Amino acid sequence: MRSDASWPLKIAATCGLLFLHIPLALIMLYAFTTEEKSFQFPPPGLTLHWFSAAWFDRPDIWPPLFLSLKVAAIATGLALVFGTLGAAALARATFYGKDQLSLLFILPIALPGIITGIALRSAFDIMHLPFSTWTIILGHATFCIVVVYNNALARFRRLQGNMVEASMDLGANSFQTFRFIILPQIASALLAGGMLAFALSFDEVIVTTFTAGQQETLPIWMLGELIRPRQRPVTNVVAIIVMAVTFVPVLCAYYFTREGESRKT
Amino acid sequence: MFNTLSDLFFRRPKALTALLLAPPLAWIVIVYIGSLLALLLQSFYHLDDFSGVILHEFTLSTYAELFDQSNVQIILRTITMAALVTLASSVVAFPVAYYAARFARGKWKALFYIAVMMPLWSSYLVKIYAWKLILAKEGIVSWVATSLHISWLLDALLSVPVIGGSSLSFSYIGTFLVFLYIWLPYMILPIQAALERVPHDYVEAAADLGATQAQIFRGILLPLALPGVIAGSIFTFSLTLGDYIVPQIVGNSRAMIGQAVYTLQGTAGDIPLAAAFTVVPMIIMGVYLTIAKRMGAFDAL
Repeated sequence: MRSDASWPLKIAATCGLLFLHIPLALIMLYAFTTEEKSFQFPPPGLTLHWFSAAWFDRPDIWPPLFLSLKVAAIATGLALVFGTLGAAALARATFYGKDQLSLLFILPIALPGIITGIALRSAFDIMHLPFSTWTIILGHATFCIVVVYNNALARFRRLQGNMVEASMDLGANSFQTFRFIILPQIASALLAGGMLAFALSFDEVIVTTFTAGQQETLPIWMLGELIRPRQRPVTNVVAIIVMAVTFVPVLCAYYFTREGESRKT
Repeated sequence: MFNTLSDLFFRRPKALTALLLAPPLAWIVIVYIGSLLALLLQSFYHLDDFSGVILHEFTLSTYAELFDQSNVQIILRTITMAALVTLASSVVAFPVAYYAARFARGKWKALFYIAVMMPLWSSYLVKIYAWKLILAKEGIVSWVATSLHISWLLDALLSVPVIGGSSLSFSYIGTFLVFLYIWLPYMILPIQAALERVPHDYVEAAADLGATQAQIFRGILLPLALPGVIAGSIFTFSLTLGDYIVPQIVGNSRAMIGQAVYTLQGTAGDIPLAAAFTVVPMIIMGVYLTIAKRMGAFDAL
């Protein structure tokens, strides 16, 4: 028996979704406004000028964009290796202290980012490590590992043990079993985890402000624009680009994990 | 050689586990836990007020400073905000999660999921920026209020002491709204996951035995969704506790823990006190996580 949703529920759910989406729609609207100095609503006029302005007149956007892409790519790569190893180890094994270890692995996202940030910074100070791209990557990889780990762990748990056993019985060694049996089954989960990690790193600002020194990633550039705005609609244009860069991998990640699940059932 | 290694792994599975575990564990322990310990260590040092030099000797006086009235206020203010945001987000999230879990089907369900995922993964700064647009004096909220002839209501709200301010984007109401907006998806998803795990038979059995929709909701769905609410609250609470960017951009001059930490370690150069401040959310979250684990919230993550 399944009754239909009641009206109050429908209205409340719709309002909740509208609340989530109207602000994002407004960001897009304001990228076209002719008003540069304030957030006047409704916009006095609409223009495409800011898109060309962002592309041609603002060379300060490009270096942060490239730095962010580079950091996100390397952090994701590191996270894929370390996160998968951790998930592989903890998915099947049973040993004393396993629960505590699992908790340890999710700690970097369970504690507020500011703690991770200031902790890393004080560690760099103590070791006299100068700020560089690598100090940013070190911070990002730490929470990216958690994202990949979570995704991989969920898949490893669903992995069927009998296929691994069959492969071993037929004479494959552990490496062959990994390459031909395990990897194809976890690949989409890793891809999903990697994409989410990339999106997370590309967007991270709280930890980065502590580990970047004078370097500017795209979120740090944007933070600067929020505090001292100039050409406000250009910030909106960049915001749209940032949303696009994170939406695509997140959507892909969604389809990869769904595919992996539906094949099982 | 591969075969020898392979045989070893087969005979000693513990060796394989250890080998797999070593690199990621080393990363987390050295980079993360190591840094946390370095931070904790700093909190036992003390900044000399006269010379402005950090004295590297063990003392608890930095922790004593935490109990200064102004610092206690910062901590209480932050906890209050985190609690209110958590409460409000669970109220707003529940109908969305409930609808998605129990009524949306097929294509709609996927659409619902994406509709929650997109805002969740949208850029954090973009989301704050959106609210700067909305709450600005000349922005859409004022426009709507003027169009509906209820500007007086907005003005009355803003003139309330403590939560009011010169405009919504410089008030606690604004800070609260932005926090609610940003962390809402983190609350929706675990509640939805918990509701989806409620076995169908329970609901049907209750309906067969004559329970009304309201009774089913109160007697079955709400208690079984509670672990999901708690799991979501871990995020909303923890993220609000440590955030320093939202109150900096949308809010008034009275600081929250995150801002205090940021200013102390930056311009003020008082790293020991900043470190001691970060211990507060760590302890709060430690207690919170322990309680959450007891209530089975981790299964809903």
